[in-house]
Amino acid sequence: MKTVSSLLDPHWYERYKRISRLNIRSSIYDVTNRCNLRCKGCFFFSSGEHERAAEETDLGRWEAFVEAEKARGVNLAILIGGEPTLCLDRMEAFYSRLPTFCATNGLIKVPRDRFPDMMIGISLWGDEEDEKILRGKDTFAISSKNYAGDPNVYYLYTITPRQLGKTEKIVQKIRDAGLKIHMQLLSNDEGVDGFSWTPEELLAIRQEMDDILDAYPDTVVSSKYYHKIITSGEMLGRRFGWQQCPSVTQPLDRRDPRPRRLIDFIRWASDLKTMHRCCTSETRDCSTCKDGAAHMSWVMVNKRAHMRSTEDLQNWIEVYEMFAKLYQFIPW
Amino acid sequence: MAMKTEIGKICLRVADIMIEELKLEDVTAETFDPDLDLVDEVGIDSMDLATVALVIRDEYSIRIDEDDYPKLTTIRKISDYIQQKQEEKAQAAAG
Repeated sequence: MKTVSSLLDPHWYERYKRISRLNIRSSIYDVTNRCNLRCKGCFFFSSGEHERAAEETDLGRWEAFVEAEKARGVNLAILIGGEPTLCLDRMEAFYSRLPTFCATNGLIKVPRDRFPDMMIGISLWGDEEDEKILRGKDTFAISSKNYAGDPNVYYLYTITPRQLGKTEKIVQKIRDAGLKIHMQLLSNDEGVDGFSWTPEELLAIRQEMDDILDAYPDTVVSSKYYHKIITSGEMLGRRFGWQQCPSVTQPLDRRDPRPRRLIDFIRWASDLKTMHRCCTSETRDCSTCKDGAAHMSWVMVNKRAHMRSTEDLQNWIEVYEMFAKLYQFIPW
Repeated sequence: MAMKTEIGKICLRVADIMIEELKLEDVTAETFDPDLDLVDEVGIDSMDLATVALVIRDEYSIRIDEDDYPKLTTIRKISDYIQQKQEEKAQAAAG
């Protein structure tokens, strides 16, 4: 039987042991149905999820809900929306009880006196031109001023096909703002012209992502194996899709055979009762989904499958470390 | 894993369950070191342990509390846990 220590040298074995018992149990929460932007390609609005459930407005119910989630074993609350920063009291209900991550467009500055060390991921959809086309404004100009130098903030850069050859400029801007960056790819749920990936573009962006990781290792939080998986949609000879996705809401998961998945994962709507199908939207075509966290989780839940060789297990460790850094389980 | 005692038998059966449920290769219940760390060496995670716990629950009629997972780090510790739970159950039934 192959063992972990037989596959790894002492350095890698120590890295493995640092993450092997983290036992991350995440769930995702729509904090609100409202947003201060309307981005083309935002799955929340394009799929109609913002109308699926009426927002719970009683703060006491939010607090009781978070207590119940904690009792259910959740140890990572991922706040999305809508735009969570429109409802700071609800955010605080999570942050005061659970390790909490907030995904935001960065237009509203989270007050650090109330949320001193909460990890924040700022969405970014490209350079100024792409941001104006897809989101109606250059959000980076505002968000980078709001969060410059904040050690608990990173940009979640959703790369579009039009960003080929331009990503380095974005990374440099983020580095100059004293922030980190993590990358994923646009899934183009609304089929905006010019923003769907061709196979050739996916190969090219993989190389570009590898190159900027090599060039800016202190700014870019990523791994080459992750780049391979997210651009190819393949891992260990399997194709990503509905039958493989680990990020399906557990009580709604009727798949048979059931794949390896996130334990007890639920994506909750803002009425605190309705559950969404998965970490993105029901209208998304799973076979072309490029969601970064879903692909990272796909790797993470398949640890033993990566115990075929030293290289495979090292790849698994790098992806797990990346996730653990992005959600504050280990330092940068 | 040459063990004839009751705990030895449980160890062998737990090893069998692990191999069967987790599809472990190149190992038998007899060659599976009962003190090998399941997380640090075999690479099992909480989903694996939950899978194994279901079979143990059905076979030994005991429930493995999820809060106890972190301390069940070897086959021997799982076997000790099963034996202890069985004894507690027997005492409760007797008294």
